Amino acid sequence: MCLAVPGQVESIRDEHGIRMGRVNFGGVVKDVCLAYLPEIAVGDYAIVHVGFAISKIDEASAQETLRTFAELGILEEELAELRESDEPARPAADKKEPAP
Amino acid sequence: MKHLAEYRDADTARRLAAEIGRLATRPWAIMEVCGGQTHSIIRNGIDQILPPEIEMIHGPGCPVCVTPLETIDKALAIARRPETILCSFGDMLRVPGSREDLFAVKAAGGDVRVVYSPLDAVTLARSRPDREVVFLAIGFETTAPANAMAVQLAAREGLANFSMLVSHVLVPPAIRAIMMSPGNRVNAFLAAGHVCSVMGTWQYPPLAEEFGVPIVVTGFEPLDLLEGIRRTVAQLERGRHELENAYPRVVSERGNEAAQAVIAEVFAPVDRAWRGIGVIPASGWRLADAYADFDAERRFDLAGITAEESPLCQSGEVLKGAIKPSQCPAFGKECTPRTPLGATMVSSEGACAAYYNAGRT
Repeated sequence: MCLAVPGQVESIRDEHGIRMGRVNFGGVVKDVCLAYLPEIAVGDYAIVHVGFAISKIDEASAQETLRTFAELGILEEELAELRESDEPARPAADKKEPAP
Repeated sequence: MKHLAEYRDADTARRLAAEIGRLATRPWAIMEVCGGQTHSIIRNGIDQILPPEIEMIHGPGCPVCVTPLETIDKALAIARRPETILCSFGDMLRVPGSREDLFAVKAAGGDVRVVYSPLDAVTLARSRPDREVVFLAIGFETTAPANAMAVQLAAREGLANFSMLVSHVLVPPAIRAIMMSPGNRVNAFLAAGHVCSVMGTWQYPPLAEEFGVPIVVTGFEPLDLLEGIRRTVAQLERGRHELENAYPRVVSERGNEAAQAVIAEVFAPVDRAWRGIGVIPASGWRLADAYADFDAERRFDLAGITAEESPLCQSGEVLKGAIKPSQCPAFGKECTPRTPLGATMVSSEGACAAYYNAGRT
C-alpha cells in the first residue's frame, strides 16, 4: 500500500492545470503527477507513490550513503586482517556471525 | 534500476549485520512502524541475519490492516448501491467486511474499480456524470498528498458526483500510543521513510525526548533497513535517544511543503479507530469542513453501520510485540490470508500475512 518506488522523469506537461509527467520505472513508463515537486526536471529521479511524485532523490546524499557502506566494508576487511594477524586462536565460528 | 540495485547487495548486507552484531551487547526490541518495511524485512530475511540480541517488532503501519471493519462495511454498503462506482486501491478489494468483500459485491453486479491513482477516480467522475463516483481514501501521510489533490481538483471543477470515504491515519500518534500502552517492550523505532518524505522529520524529536527512545528514519531496501537498525543499536548502546535520518536521499527535515500545504487545506485532524488497537486521539485525518460536500459519509446514509471483530483474533497483541504471529492459536488455521480474522493477516504488509507468506511458523 505504501509502496513508493524510484523512477526517472522523461517528460513534463500540463494537464487540466496540473503538472504531469511520464516517469520511467526500470522500463515501465507511467503517467505521474509532478505538482508537488515544482523544481523537478527531465532526467531527475523521484520517489513515486500512487501516481504522485512525493520526493526528489538527492544524488549527493545517495552517494554519501553508498560511501558509508563502502567504508564499512573496508573497515570490516581491515579488522578481519588484524584479527588474523593478532588472534590466530580466535574460533572461526563466532556466534555473532550472520547465518549464510 | 538505479536507486534500487545499489541497496540490495548481499555482501554489504552481511557486513552491516556483522557490524550490528559487534555493537549489540544486550537484548533490544526495535519496532519498524511501516508495513512496507515489515514486508521487506520478512521477504529479505533481514530479521534472520540479525544477531540474536536484536528483536524486530512489527508495528501497526499497514493502512489496509488498521482500517476499521466498520469502514470496510461502509464501503461495501456504498458499492452495493446501483447508482455508485466505488474506486479503491487494489489491496482493499480482498479485505473482508463483516459478511463479504468488495470482490463479492463486484461479482454480484456492483461497479467496483481498482485505480492506480486517486486522480483516476476524478477522471472517471468527469466522464460519468450519470453516476456517483466514490473513492475509498485510506492511507498514512504518504498517501495523503495524492488523495488531497484529488478532492481539491474535484472541487475546482465542481464535480458534484465525486466523493471520498476517508480513513486516513498518522504515524506520530501511533508511536505515542504504543509507548504509553501497558507492558510496552519497544526500545526504539525505525520511522517510516516515505511518511517522512512528505511530512519531514520535525515531528519526531519531541517524541524521542519524551519517551527516551531513539527514532531513526529508515528506507525500504535491505541495506537501508540494516543501516537504520545499525544506527538505532548504536544509539541504544550509548544510551542516547535522538532523531536520526538514515534515508537522506529521500527525506529532509522539512519534508514536502507543497504537499503539506494541500493536506492542511483539505484535511483536518480527527480521533481515529485503528483495527486491532482501538481509538487513538487525533490519529487521523477527515475532510475539512470546507470540503464536507465531498464526504461520502455525509452523502450516503451510513449511520447505523457497526461491526464486531472476531474474538479469536490477537492482532492487538501482535502489533504491540507481546506475541509473534505464529504464537496466535488461530494463525494458519482459522486465520490465513484467504480467510483473515483481523488486521495483521489482511494485507501482505501485515505482520501475520508476511509471516504466513514466508512460511514462518
